[in-house]
Amino acid sequence: MLVSEAITRDEVEERAPEPLVLDAWHRAHGARMVPFAGYEMPIQYEGIVAEHNWTRSSASLFDVSHMGQLSVSGDSAAQALEALLPGDMAGLSEGQMRYSMLLDEQGGILDDLIVTHAGSHLALVVNGAMKWDDIAHLREYLPDDITLTHHDEQALFALQGPLAADALAAIVPGVTELTFMTAGLFDWQGVPLWISRSGYTGEDGFEISVPAELAEKLANALLADERVKPAGLGARDSLRLEAGLPLYGHDLTDQTDPVSAGLLFALSKNRRECGGWMGHDAVAQVLANGPASKRVGLSLEGRMPAREGAEVFAGDAKVGTLTSGGFSPTLGHPIAMAYVSAAHAAPDTPLEIEVRGKRLPAKVVKMPFVPHRYHRKGAA
Amino acid sequence: MARLYTEDHEWIELDGEVATVGITNYAQEQLGDIVFVEVPDTGAELTKGGDAAVVESVKAASDVYSPVSGTVTEGNSALEEDPALVNSDPEGEGWFFKLTVSDTGELDGLMDAAAYKAFVDGL
Repeated sequence: MLVSEAITRDEVEERAPEPLVLDAWHRAHGARMVPFAGYEMPIQYEGIVAEHNWTRSSASLFDVSHMGQLSVSGDSAAQALEALLPGDMAGLSEGQMRYSMLLDEQGGILDDLIVTHAGSHLALVVNGAMKWDDIAHLREYLPDDITLTHHDEQALFALQGPLAADALAAIVPGVTELTFMTAGLFDWQGVPLWISRSGYTGEDGFEISVPAELAEKLANALLADERVKPAGLGARDSLRLEAGLPLYGHDLTDQTDPVSAGLLFALSKNRRECGGWMGHDAVAQVLANGPASKRVGLSLEGRMPAREGAEVFAGDAKVGTLTSGGFSPTLGHPIAMAYVSAAHAAPDTPLEIEVRGKRLPAKVVKMPFVPHRYHRKGAA
Repeated sequence: MARLYTEDHEWIELDGEVATVGITNYAQEQLGDIVFVEVPDTGAELTKGGDAAVVESVKAASDVYSPVSGTVTEGNSALEEDPALVNSDPEGEGWFFKLTVSDTGELDGLMDAAAYKAFVDGL
């Protein structure tokens, strides 16, 4: 097994955060930079709410180059990967993408990721904060005839929002042919761009992998369109929370399993039954017995937000803990994700969240909090 | 009497025996969009440097400390309906609370506007 750059997590933690390729560009556009996932990342430019609302109404450019862009290749790459993921990878057709998870033997989630059938190889996009651990895990468990490559020479952008397709098609004709969760190789002025119709905001949009040395040129070309503005990690977080999408390290950890996390859609039926993937025994038990607790959405009354770590009560009994929480700019009130005991997880269940000694009334609601607007196959 | 400032970015202005407290423009810029403010109840006893209020931005909750000791006479009820006043007018309409000051000597260590500006410029 080959890894283009090997580094251990300990080394990362000892280092100061690295600058992104576009560090100077972000600062020139007014970004406030914060350390995140080992990088100096833009958390906001003009303001989180403005960027959030712009993404919901127009199109925003996010630099997500901290994320790990990996590829797995070899004659039986899909089968090899299936030993580590609960989803159907062998059944992917070229250009098709699937959400999945790396699990440990106990069924705990090591990371969540997107796998794409990219023709000659399978492409993986993994969380920035987890990429070194993921590489170590894959290197340990993938067979020797499978090649793992870390494409750290590529930058990654997300262009998200209802006008993202029009804005991107203006410089890369043909991208509108993509539907949600499909990807392909496109040409932009002689530059190869690997573009997928996907994202993490609940809006229609794209993720664009570009050679790092051309990232600034592409960012400028996209921003030249008045429909596009830059947006930071702050808006990315509030957008994904509204979209009901879990964030690794918060809503998903190695202490949570795919069933409790409500990610059964990522466990294809056949593989759920047949197994053959790390963590299957443990996950099958949770499936058979039902999860003790479930990830749910909570809608709060009033304006006071509750944050990660706040405890959830049903009367005097503590029934859960928040894993994400904040104010929803779109809805105008606070929302949260929590793990609550299964008996209290049904929609409309009234619960209370304790914040600074006060009990805030909340109720369980279905997620997403704000409807997804993906461009699905067959849609107009 | 002139407005004074703390290193935690609160401002205080004494008028007779009652002082008004808020957060500075620099503080609101750092916090970003403010979505909720919890002000102290009337009658609450505050101590210098102790917790007095909480301000919630989209991304995080932050404590606001009392620049001096005293008894709260009023919280700014306008912030309940319109917490964004702290963003739009932090040193005016966006004030947090008023209190009677128990020891005006506690004001002595605070910065004046010029000193606070120099302090912020150095951050």
